[in-house]
Amino acid sequence: MKPAPFSYARPTTLEEALEVLGTSGDAKVLAGGQSLVPLLSMRLAAPGLLVDINGLPGLSQVDCDSRGVRFGALVRHAELMADADAARVQPLLAKALGLVAHGTIRNRGTTVGSIVHADPAAEMPMVLRLLGGSITVASTGGTREIGAEEFFPGPMESSVRTDELAVSAWVPALADGAGVAVDEVARRHGDYALCGVAAVVGTEGGRITSVRAGYLSVCEVPTVVDLSEAFAAGTADEESLDAAADLALGALEPEDDIHASAAYRTQLARTLTRRVIRAAHDDALDRAGKEGPTP
Amino acid sequence: MTNDTEELHDLRLVVNGTPYEISVPARRLLSDALRHDIGLTGTHVGCEHGVCGACTIRMDGKPIRSCLLFAVSAQGAEITTVEGLTRSDGELGPVQQAFKECHGLQCGFCTPGFLTTITAGLEENPRPTREEAVDMIAGNLCRCTGYQNIVDAVLRASEIADEQGGEVSA
Ligand SMILES: Cc1cc2nc3c(=O)[nH]c(=O)nc-3n(C[C@H](O)[C@H](O)[C@H](O)COP(=O)(O)OP(=O)(O)OC[C@H]3O[C@@H](n4cnc5c(N)ncnc54)[C@H](O)[C@@H]3O)c2cc1C
Ligand code: FES
Ligand code: FES
Repeated sequence: MKPAPFSYARPTTLEEALEVLGTSGDAKVLAGGQSLVPLLSMRLAAPGLLVDINGLPGLSQVDCDSRGVRFGALVRHAELMADADAARVQPLLAKALGLVAHGTIRNRGTTVGSIVHADPAAEMPMVLRLLGGSITVASTGGTREIGAEEFFPGPMESSVRTDELAVSAWVPALADGAGVAVDEVARRHGDYALCGVAAVVGTEGGRITSVRAGYLSVCEVPTVVDLSEAFAAGTADEESLDAAADLALGALEPEDDIHASAAYRTQLARTLTRRVIRAAHDDALDRAGKEGPTP
Repeated sequence: MTNDTEELHDLRLVVNGTPYEISVPARRLLSDALRHDIGLTGTHVGCEHGVCGACTIRMDGKPIRSCLLFAVSAQGAEITTVEGLTRSDGELGPVQQAFKECHGLQCGFCTPGFLTTITAGLEENPRPTREEAVDMIAGNLCRCTGYQNIVDAVLRASEIADEQGGEVSA
């Protein structure tokens, strides 16, 4: 359970980091290491060079405005979760981060690293997709912005090339009248979930206008389904919730694995879809009652 | 297996207030550097992939897994291991004392990780409810105790720290 030998670079400027990543051909970025170090120790990965980005300046900021939240590649899960402005502008961030691993792992793991790692069982890749966020990546050739739609091409795969560094992620603010919720079932609190669902419910004058739900640990990639058509009546009544769950399951193909059968996952997805939409609707009504627009 | 040609990195690690100069390959896990290069064997290693919590130490005050960090990455950080939890007069710290009183350990293998995790947890939340105490230790595994006594120890440590003027760490 020890990593194979590798060379190690700890650049102190972004330019230097991009230069090393661009010329090595066999390098991997080391952020929090909470997923990479286990992979190296189990020898599932053996890169020739690790580029430790923990010494880079300017990547630890959380910036919030009325449009959304941008967080840098060195913002730890725990820091983003504790950021009061981020929680106000986009409350799904803190809610979902509370389900990521344990406090000790959140102290070191980065949210951007988790998104790039693209585990379909992880919370934050799904949240980025559900919210329609984006990732900014840099290389010696310049920077580009990748939308969440194109960010997860396959299982455990992201669109960041090996010569690129993800510098930050952005998620849009919660729209006026909208509410969010997330819930999951795990064997032990803090473990990867067997199934997790988050929802964004939009309302106008108390009536439901749109419903989107995101799924983790159900399919091979984080998956988002638009369930608005199940809520033509504008309320989260039993029939609408049933119709939404049917619609969702029609669009998903739950996976079988060592942790849960496809049938059990189907059951979990159905139950959680109903529960989370109801909670997101309540959240929307609560906000409409309590708060004005976000800053 | 070591590789004689592997490049070594010279580092200075400050552990429990004492500086140590070591020379290690980049792949040396901090847990191994503490145990083998520095000789502080209080930090235990169970799973080596972040799941069990036995190797938990504090880095700049925060609990982290020392098996998920390379020693080279810890250069310049303030590290506290379980050895650093004893009071300067040699007396047990509040969390250690509470584990003793509540029978929070049997074989003791997992204990160092629990002690560091709980010490940091109580600094953040000095008066946890039972439920919060359970949450505080949720990331650590123990094969022996069934956890009830460990939860009792969290609550007892909070009382002891309070009786002693609120300081939970040495
Ligand atoms: C016991 C345990 C339980 C966990 N439970 C959960 C859980 O329930 N839910 C969950 O979501 N996660 C969980 N995790 C994973 C954790 O959230 C990690 O923080 C996360 O997956 C990776 O973030 P990191 O910063 O540690 O990335 P690293 O481990 O450093 O890197 C992961 C991958 O992303 C790449 N990478 C990282 N940052 C960048 C960047 N800026 N640019 C380009 N590439 C980059 C690396 O090269 C590597 O391939 C758990 C981890 C452990 C050890
Ligand atoms: S040895 Fe580090 S968490 Fe198990
Ligand atoms: S006391 Fe034996 S493993 Fe916890």
